Amino acid sequence: MARSNGKTSGAVEKKLIGVADTVITAAQQRKDPTLAIPIRSLSNVKFNEHKGIIEMGKGMQARAFFNVGMAKKFMQTVLVADALCELQRADLTTSVREIYYRTKHTIKNSHENTFDSQDESDPVIEDLEVSLAALREELHVRAENGGSVVGPLVLVDDGDRVDCARLGKGGYSVPSIVEPEFLQIKKCTAEFVLLVEKGTQWNRLSEDKFWRRYNCILLTGNGQPPRGVRRLARRLHEEKRLPVYVLVDNDPWGYYIYSVVKQGSINLAFESQRMAIPKAKFLGLSSGDPETYGLPRNVGIKLNDKDIARARELLNYPWFQKKNWQEEIKRMLSSGLKYELDALANKDFQYLTKKYLPRKLKEKDWMD
Amino acid sequence: MREPKKAPLPTRGRKVSPSKTSPPATKSKQKGKASKTSPPAPEAKQKVNSSETSPPATEPKQAVTAVEMGARQRDISVSEFFTKNRHLLGFDNPRKALLTCVKEAVDNALDACEEAGILPEVVVKVEPVANGEALPPPSQASRFRITVTDNGPGIIRQQIPPIFAKLLYGSKFHRLRMSRGQQGMGISAAGMYGQLTTGKPVQIISRTGAKAPAHYFEVQIDTKKNEPQILEKKQITWESQRGTQVTMEVEGRYQKGRASVDEYIEQTIIANPHVKLTYFTPEGETKEYPRTYHELPPPPREIKPHPYGIELGMLLKMLQDTKSHWLSGFLASDFSRLSSRLAEDICKTAGLSPRARPRDIHGQDAEALYKALQSTKIMAPPTNCLSPIGEKAILTGLYRQIKGDFYTAVSRPPAVYRGNPFVIEAGLAYGRGPEVAAETPEKKPVSLAEGEQQEDDHELARVIRYANRVPLIHQQSACAIYKAVLDTTWRTYGVSQSKSALPSGPMVVFVHMASVWVPFTSESKEAIADYDEIRKEITLALRECGRRLGAFLKRRERAQSEFHRRNIFDLYIEEVVDACNRLKGGKLPTQKLKEQLQKIALKRTGGEKTDEVLGKTDGGPEGLPHSIIVTPEGVEGEVPALSSEPSNQTAPPAGTPEEEQEEEEKVEKHARPKGQAGPEDTGRRKGVRAKRRPRPKPRHKTHAGKPAGASAKRAPRRKR
Repeated sequence: MARSNGKTSGAVEKKLIGVADTVITAAQQRKDPTLAIPIRSLSNVKFNEHKGIIEMGKGMQARAFFNVGMAKKFMQTVLVADALCELQRADLTTSVREIYYRTKHTIKNSHENTFDSQDESDPVIEDLEVSLAALREELHVRAENGGSVVGPLVLVDDGDRVDCARLGKGGYSVPSIVEPEFLQIKKCTAEFVLLVEKGTQWNRLSEDKFWRRYNCILLTGNGQPPRGVRRLARRLHEEKRLPVYVLVDNDPWGYYIYSVVKQGSINLAFESQRMAIPKAKFLGLSSGDPETYGLPRNVGIKLNDKDIARARELLNYPWFQKKNWQEEIKRMLSSGLKYELDALANKDFQYLTKKYLPRKLKEKDWMD
Repeated sequence: MREPKKAPLPTRGRKVSPSKTSPPATKSKQKGKASKTSPPAPEAKQKVNSSETSPPATEPKQAVTAVEMGARQRDISVSEFFTKNRHLLGFDNPRKALLTCVKEAVDNALDACEEAGILPEVVVKVEPVANGEALPPPSQASRFRITVTDNGPGIIRQQIPPIFAKLLYGSKFHRLRMSRGQQGMGISAAGMYGQLTTGKPVQIISRTGAKAPAHYFEVQIDTKKNEPQILEKKQITWESQRGTQVTMEVEGRYQKGRASVDEYIEQTIIANPHVKLTYFTPEGETKEYPRTYHELPPPPREIKPHPYGIELGMLLKMLQDTKSHWLSGFLASDFSRLSSRLAEDICKTAGLSPRARPRDIHGQDAEALYKALQSTKIMAPPTNCLSPIGEKAILTGLYRQIKGDFYTAVSRPPAVYRGNPFVIEAGLAYGRGPEVAAETPEKKPVSLAEGEQQEDDHELARVIRYANRVPLIHQQSACAIYKAVLDTTWRTYGVSQSKSALPSGPMVVFVHMASVWVPFTSESKEAIADYDEIRKEITLALRECGRRLGAFLKRRERAQSEFHRRNIFDLYIEEVVDACNRLKGGKLPTQKLKEQLQKIALKRTGGEKTDEVLGKTDGGPEGLPHSIIVTPEGVEGEVPALSSEPSNQTAPPAGTPEEEQEEEEKVEKHARPKGQAGPEDTGRRKGVRAKRRPRPKPRHKTHAGKPAGASAKRAPRRKR
């Protein structure tokens, strides 16, 4: 499946074998085998204001074998490295869940399992991605196909020509790996990219052929956009110079989705470099919109404690320090309400297509 | 109390009830009072209550006259009272009745033996009896024959009928002395129950010595009069030289498990390791419980009542009954802890002359005297009247009857409630024993699916309660002991416990209360009343046990976590080496890498230090007093010496279950170096036992040959 070019494949394999070498060398020197793994948390990310993206810091975490607290994790890391190497050698791609099953077994002479759930193996994969500086695609691990695209766009996937303007309402399901080796952008006549948070709104726009009228590419990630969707948006932005607009719910999670698209995520800060779109714009729903568009108060939802706590966190993130963003979030907090995109249907089923978006685009009413 | 005598009670013949102090007797008197105050009928006016005025003649005629009513008034005999209220004595249902009958007979046998200074040997036989048709299986049978034989002093001929067929007849009620029985009701009540349910008399064989003949009696109780009826008496030949055998047939139900006869017997053995008992179960099994502690408990002494423990009525009675001529003499001689000086002080406080005749003191004066007694500061009663089981004997009992990893026992110093001295003893057995622990891991290695977990069993601890060495089987939750166990915060000692529940874990909690008068909540003696003083002592004893258990658990946990640490590294090394080998394309010298990693692991986990914690080297026990720790490698602590019995006694236990014998062998190894002398030796050296610590195992052989004195001298040296 994976038609990798020999160069990267060999390099990744070498990196993975390096894990085994760490163990062997340490054992020979009678030292505790230790892997250095970059820390993936807020404490170890930096917001590069110049580039407008989140970058990973230099903080490293030592994962030692002969430490009761880390021994299991260490063992798991080596097992996952082994499984990933197997993928490289067999030239296959797989999902994180299959990695979990591949590496799960009961340890000899005990009733202990190497992994108890996928929650244990997923972070280990990310650890390896980061510490080996190998992209997930390079490791041949794919996520679920988590998004859709429709619009005047022609792609070549596995040699098949895919015209995204002729795929009906359903569009093209974005694969998790959209690197140029796997997916080529053949033709693109659109003027901008509209990334919608929810599948329902994307369906509405697709059904109404919004993309045809406004000559745009409609993308959705069904919630937090997966890597494939983000990477595709980034490629369209970079290669075809298309501006990217983000349309999300008016709640803290919506803001965060926008920020992930724009600056990158904390967890995958090491991938911001090739995923983030610093020039992406926030189209809506903003906390001022209900008033501007006359949405009644009764279609709002009361912010719960979790929402409020999350919003406060956002206020502290370095990449939300712009004055307009502070005002935006504080306005939501003071109103005490959040609004879903779906709430626009209160006015008219096609309000989003016919009124809201045209006005927004016309007035250039977006935030940076 | 004396008033009713003077009151005219023409319709009622005053009879002396069988026992002046018995509760039913008091009841019948109260009935008499009630009749006096009942509304008088017109006809009875002149005859009975001449002082009363007659009601108007228009009143409707009454159905019953006072004379008629008076004629109905009768004495109630104790036996009649308890025939109707047999639940008060523990005969509420067939299952419980069977247990109560066995219990009363065994208690009597043990009391008799101990009082006579004889090491008890008791045979208990419970067999189902056919009731008309064919013999049903034991679990279905409704009639049982209970035979209890002891090697006690025997009973003289004249005393046999009243002891077994007269309620409230006995030697134990009037004295303040620690014994199992208290009221003189149990065995005759059991006989009466048998007579009531099966119509069969109680059969007794008793012989007081080799030269005396054996007497056989069949007796019944005349429930109206509370007097024995002798159905048959004769001299017979009996194989035993001395002792008593009692046989009764009762309605009952035999069911194993909680509150069963089997459980009672087992618990009796735990608290009475000096007893040799043979139990023939209804199912035809023979259970032998050999003697494991070859010393009689020191005979308890009788004491006089303590002033704080008596009530006014009791004082009045004592004033009447005393042999003293002067009040001060009465006080000094009839009470414990009252010196003649203190007696005079009390007289002064009460405003009475020390020379007053005790018999002349009643009414106001008696009350003043009572108040003076209660307000004067008097020393606590003497405690040498008590005969606690002792830490060593409790340990022996627990160790023999319960499989576990850890045993401990605590005897509290004597304390006093309501003027009665008492001692609380607690013991604890924890764990399932190395045999069980060794079995379980066999079936473990089943790989677990996602979401599955190792199952944890949530077994609750078992509480076994004793009063004067008698196990208390029923009404657990009403008992002060049970409440104290609940109130102890076991979590502090590393045992989990949910709110207001027993601690959970494989644990047996043993609590014994020894007292001259155990305050039971009912006549059937099932639960100890919740006096603050008693509760406090129990709590203190349990806490001490808990602390020792906590220390043991902590050590074991530490050892286990070290072991686990090493263990996980061992397990993971395999995994990591295999994975590395695959990464390297299978060209790795895996054995070498494994060894290298194992070496590092050993260094990292503390190496030999861990071995020591794990008890793989000579560790020795942890300075826990009166405790036994059982590990798969052996037993540490005050392991009971199970040497063979002296030659003049009957043969040592035969036919013990196989594993018990194994255990015995194991224990003998430890026991021998301590002293090669017989069982008496263990008792004499009681004082040293706290310091004595078992020697590390490998040295046993070298020490075994040395004289006992040499090893005893060296014993206390290994203090940590």
